Amino acid sequence: MKGSVGPVLAILAVLVAVWYAAAVPMNVKEVLTQAERDGAVIEPGSAAERRDVGRWALVFSNVENLGATWSSERSRLPAPHQVVAELWKSTWVEETTGRRGIVRSGSLSNRSLVYHGGVTLGATALGFVIGALAGVLLAVGIVYSRVMDMSVMPWAIISQTIPIVALAPMIIVVLYSIGLPGLFAKAVISAYLSFFPVVVGMVKGLRAPDHMQLDLMRTYSASKSDTFWKLRLPASVPYLFASLKIGIAASLVGAIVGELPVQRGGLGARMLGGSYYGQTEQIWAALFVAALMAAFLVWFIGWLERRTLRAMGVQA
Amino acid sequence: MKCVTARSLDLTFQTNDGPVHALKDVNLEIGKGEFVSFIGPSGCGKTTFLRCIAGLEQPTGGEISVNGMTPDAARKARAYGYVFQAAGLYPWRTIGGNIKLPLEIMGFSKAEQNARVTRVLELVDLAGFEKKFPWQLSGGMQQRASIARALAFDADILLMDEPFGALDEIVRDHLNEQLLALWARTEKTIGFVTHSIPEAVYLSTKIVVMSPRPGRITDVIDSPLPKERPLDIRDSPEFIEIAHRVRDGLRAGHIDE
Repeated sequence: MKGSVGPVLAILAVLVAVWYAAAVPMNVKEVLTQAERDGAVIEPGSAAERRDVGRWALVFSNVENLGATWSSERSRLPAPHQVVAELWKSTWVEETTGRRGIVRSGSLSNRSLVYHGGVTLGATALGFVIGALAGVLLAVGIVYSRVMDMSVMPWAIISQTIPIVALAPMIIVVLYSIGLPGLFAKAVISAYLSFFPVVVGMVKGLRAPDHMQLDLMRTYSASKSDTFWKLRLPASVPYLFASLKIGIAASLVGAIVGELPVQRGGLGARMLGGSYYGQTEQIWAALFVAALMAAFLVWFIGWLERRTLRAMGVQA
Repeated sequence: MKCVTARSLDLTFQTNDGPVHALKDVNLEIGKGEFVSFIGPSGCGKTTFLRCIAGLEQPTGGEISVNGMTPDAARKARAYGYVFQAAGLYPWRTIGGNIKLPLEIMGFSKAEQNARVTRVLELVDLAGFEKKFPWQLSGGMQQRASIARALAFDADILLMDEPFGALDEIVRDHLNEQLLALWARTEKTIGFVTHSIPEAVYLSTKIVVMSPRPGRITDVIDSPLPKERPLDIRDSPEFIEIAHRVRDGLRAGHIDE
């Protein structure tokens, strides 16, 4: 662990540097327009002329007027420190000092990423539980029934070829019209994405015991349920956790996609709202919260995996 | 009383390359308390024959009975314990837990399970290893644990399919000695598949020499060696003579290829 800190920081530094570098040409046009209004001499002289000039060419011909590319209020690509500031503002500052923050109103502010992150986390968790359970049950059916193996697996694969963005509004409309709450609709979309890796991993895991181990069970005249509970299920545990890690990340994506058309809170709603109103910092801040949440969720599954395997006595 | 009786046993596997004669006209009787080794090159059907006794393969012709029953009925009556080439211990169970596996399936009480685990671990010289996990044991110890697992439910017959094939020579010698001691103490009937001539001669009261394509018995040798067998019996003239006869039998099986 100790030796890996250096390389990790180095990669992080490179990413941040690339980001800062990219922010300059990305924001150059708007910044130059503003500078021109403020009376600076820009080359070429008018916004109409600049439209046909490449971003890099503008950067090199106006080096002395680029100062604002890392601090512009309406940037195309906000600089890292702007995103961090937005993150801080929309979490801690909003909750502690905002009119609707938890300190002054007693409930989480609907302008804070803590609130929206919580909304997304709830849908993710519910969707993940539904998806993982459905995945495990389908895998058991597929392993034990040839009919299910032939009939369910192709549909499971086809289901993953449909873009979720196309399917999500339909799921929401259908579930809303039969009176189910928005949380459930988002969870269904989230489950739709997470069940598949669990099915694939569990089928592989339940089929992991080799001929010899199955023959051994036969020499004991073991029943199907004995073979399942004492051999197939424990043998599938490492496979299950590998797919759960993929599944929970997919669940988060599903929940966010489900929040795009619903627009009743959540990180997806913040991202779409940010793009409506040109608030790129808001988009990036929500994106970072989503990424941090995904990292935490995957870490959490890994932690469960380590604990479970240790309890099962498997060499860590 | 005869433990295993096979009469003109035939087994043909249907494969994509056409039928394979795994066993052809196999006749054999194994008496109670005998130690019978099956030796022969790969494909001679020695493992297939052992699996027929266990009811893991269905013969396509002839008859086989185990303790006077069909192999399937014998298996349900817990007539045998089977030891595979690999120990096949479950990594998520302790040694004690692995030995309890058949006992749980067969419905022994908790107290009985614990008593039996202690007893069979002593039999294979692994007393005190009950709480260890398989990865904490050497290969030879794992195989002993798998023998303990096969002994745990008091089957009369112990079927062993090249149980020491993956172990080195020194460990193997040691385990052979222990197996003989175990056999003397428990008076089980043992069917033992092996590739090794010295192993077969050292262990057995009866050596069945087999040859391939089709799998058949070419010689059955009743060993004149005494029941008490120190390791250096392998240098005695009787031992060398039997080993010679086994080797001749194996060679005869190869000539007609």
